[in-house]
Amino acid sequence: MSTVTDVRTYRGFFTVTVLCLVILYAPLAVVTVYSFNASASITVWEGLSLRWYSDVFTGPESAKFKQAAINSFSIALIAASVATAIAVTAATAIVRGGRFWLRLPSLGLITLPIMVPEIVLAVATLIFFNAIGFTRGYLTILVAHIAFCIPFAYLPIQARMQGIDDTYEQAAMDLYASRAQAFRRVLLPLMMPGIISGFLLAFIVSLDDFIITNFVKGAGVETLPTAIFGSVKQGIKPNIMAISTMLLGVSVVMVTISYVVSKWDNTK
Amino acid sequence: MAGGAPAPGGVASQTFASARNWLLMPSWAVLLVFVAAPVAMMLVYSFLTKEFRGGVIWEFSTGAYDQFFCNRGLFGDEPCQIEWTYINIFWRSIWQAGLATVLSLLIGFPTAYFIATRSEKTRALWVFAITIPYWVNLLIRTVSMKFLLRDQGPLNDLLIGLGLTEDPLRIINTNLAVQLGLYYSYLPFMVLPIYAAVERYNFTLSEAAADLYATKWATLRRIVLPAVKPGIVAGCILVFVPSLGAFLAPDLLGGARNFMIGSLIEEQFKGNAGNWPFGAAASMILLTLVLLVLLVSATQQRRTKGAV
Repeated sequence: MSTVTDVRTYRGFFTVTVLCLVILYAPLAVVTVYSFNASASITVWEGLSLRWYSDVFTGPESAKFKQAAINSFSIALIAASVATAIAVTAATAIVRGGRFWLRLPSLGLITLPIMVPEIVLAVATLIFFNAIGFTRGYLTILVAHIAFCIPFAYLPIQARMQGIDDTYEQAAMDLYASRAQAFRRVLLPLMMPGIISGFLLAFIVSLDDFIITNFVKGAGVETLPTAIFGSVKQGIKPNIMAISTMLLGVSVVMVTISYVVSKWDNTK
Repeated sequence: MAGGAPAPGGVASQTFASARNWLLMPSWAVLLVFVAAPVAMMLVYSFLTKEFRGGVIWEFSTGAYDQFFCNRGLFGDEPCQIEWTYINIFWRSIWQAGLATVLSLLIGFPTAYFIATRSEKTRALWVFAITIPYWVNLLIRTVSMKFLLRDQGPLNDLLIGLGLTEDPLRIINTNLAVQLGLYYSYLPFMVLPIYAAVERYNFTLSEAAADLYATKWATLRRIVLPAVKPGIVAGCILVFVPSLGAFLAPDLLGGARNFMIGSLIEEQFKGNAGNWPFGAAASMILLTLVLLVLLVSATQQRRTKGAV
């Protein structure tokens, strides 16, 4: 019916949408293209080459970036796993725990790391480790990441659990499953799409973090973002564009997995 | 299918009520110790005395706040006159963040509306396209922006190639660059909540308005916009709050002259030159500002909810 589409659509909105996507993708596209540039200068185009990719792995800065990558990925993996486990238990209490007075304060506490500006959280964490006399390094980064990853893991899990009817667990318990069995065998598998989304989001947020890491890392320990930042301060070099493009690839893979998982409905 | 949904007034699901205290313990422990306690500690530090090699001396002092708000002359013994340096930095940050929010809204609303009115299949793909940049490392996105905007960068090459300008435009290290950077960083945050709100909007209302001879733009302004206002407010907060405390965009794109709150705070903790209590005080002021914004919007949201 033409009248229906007529009230829904506005002229110009499509153009703005295209503009929006161009703005979002143009910088990324340009850097991806230039990462394959054969030239050592970032301004001149000299043809396609994988030179800067091999430079990342074998060049003079390769040891630094390798260590930074190991730190980044191991921290992201551990922090996201721990944060997801904590988020699952918290979501079970909040969504399936009935009404209780600690419910809202718990929700507030869990979302606190998103409410507080990142730079403020960074300052607070630095001051905290300084006050208790804890030497800054790998461990301080890890602990800080676990804390601020919790809300990102929590929100998809809560959303998922709210969509699962509690009759599933009740049926299991009516059939003499213990509470723990009902949780492990019924609720947990049903929640899996939410858990995977939460884990991936937490993982990416940890991998992404620059500000908090920069404050709590101490001397000598670098993650990919802090190493890239240090390098970019002296100007953008082609090897940075190669690293950026590879990290871009990681993000695209993660978001694709998350997208596929979100379409997966296992409650039917 | 809303078994676990805590319907207001309804009975919340309580299958695991007996275990809830145990289940909550890990999150409370981690967040109290590593988020709440640090913020409290920061408040304490903002009232301590500065140690010259970084760190603090445990002696009560209001010096940090005094330095922020008061100009006491060259020797620090004159009566307090308002010190504008830091207030101006805050003011500029609020202005920049506000502008970035308005710009994001102008592009984000039509985008969100357009996506929400597609068929269900294509809608998912559009949302996917908007989500990807949000998952890409913020530092990498900011560096990409810096690369694009450079004096000899692709954007200037394009403009010169098209004959729009002869000399490269100086965009990098200006307010405009910071603006573009902030806007680019947080645009997906604007689109997604508005999209969610428009998707729930009942389009028979628009049809009713059209039947009653409302023009399309009047329908948009008086029917659609009020209905999706919660989504717009959420989007604006999600752009404004992180923009206000942003560090990467002003630092990498703005250069030394376009200082924002984030850089001011960061500088206080860098190496031995900093001033920890002052940095803590500036952070407290920023936190207070953000909490005020959240509080005002929360009461606003409640009022609109009550009206419908």
